[in-house]
Amino acid sequence: MKARVTVTLKTGVLDPQGKAIEGGLAALGFAGVDSVRQGKVFDVELNATDAGAARASLEDMCEKLLANTVIENYAIEIL
Amino acid sequence: MKSAVIVFPGSNRDHDIAHALKTVTGQDPVSVWHADTALPDVDLVVLPGGFSYGDYLRSGAIAARAPIMRAVAEFAASGRLVLGVCNGFQMLTEAGLLPGALMRNKGLTFVCREVLLETVSTDSPFTRNFAKGDVWRCPIAHHDGNYFANADTLARLEDTGRVAFRYARDTNPNGSINDIAGILNEGGNVLGMMPHPENLVERLQGGTDGRRLFESIAGAFAAA
Repeated sequence: MKARVTVTLKTGVLDPQGKAIEGGLAALGFAGVDSVRQGKVFDVELNATDAGAARASLEDMCEKLLANTVIENYAIEIL
Repeated sequence: MKSAVIVFPGSNRDHDIAHALKTVTGQDPVSVWHADTALPDVDLVVLPGGFSYGDYLRSGAIAARAPIMRAVAEFAASGRLVLGVCNGFQMLTEAGLLPGALMRNKGLTFVCREVLLETVSTDSPFTRNFAKGDVWRCPIAHHDGNYFANADTLARLEDTGRVAFRYARDTNPNGSINDIAGILNEGGNVLGMMPHPENLVERLQGGTDGRRLFESIAGAFAAA
């Protein structure tokens, strides 16, 4: 089973890298970009067959390692 | 005073810390490998600076889950002293032994220079030889030193005297919230700080301002 975990910074947490990318886009002439926030994507392959169990396991992985919940949110997608 | 320095793959200030401890206490610390599961009988454990695991995922994130860290957490819970410098501070927040997180520097660049620190709390074994408001020189060298904590955590740190050091007024090098350079845990026995006091302990290094931190720790044991 394949899953995708997306980790993003929480609202209100400063993202200097996102800001720099925003500046880069403006420098390239892309108009109308209000904001860019940078995040991370993890593609995980699991040998589980039950989607519910896989999701529970991925949540545990996010809480314990993949995300730092002080500053980040995560979303899990079973593909 | 007996001490141990934990060495992770990618640690690079472990020898600097060992040198500072030897210089101040006269005793060599024990070096402990990250894959070990038990600590020797010591009074102080130090998590040194460096780039453990190449800063993969998040700085200090993988090291914080290393086998030895369970023993470090138990050591801290028993009230004994744990010091985390730079990457060690990042590990302590990642391990949940200190609140908050250390994020990419606001200016995005790696900052390697000397800063001025202001001592905020003198009520800990690490800071007992300082006077409140003391301003002292200390080197920094980091990319992810931008301390962040949510409003509740920040208020708790400030209200209970757990901010140990701040970057001196108008000199914040990394965007840290409230200019925070180092914080204590609730019991005052765990200190995490981004600057490197171990790199300013003798005249050959350009000054001795960092000595006081190690003298504080040594003094805490001499007094006990």
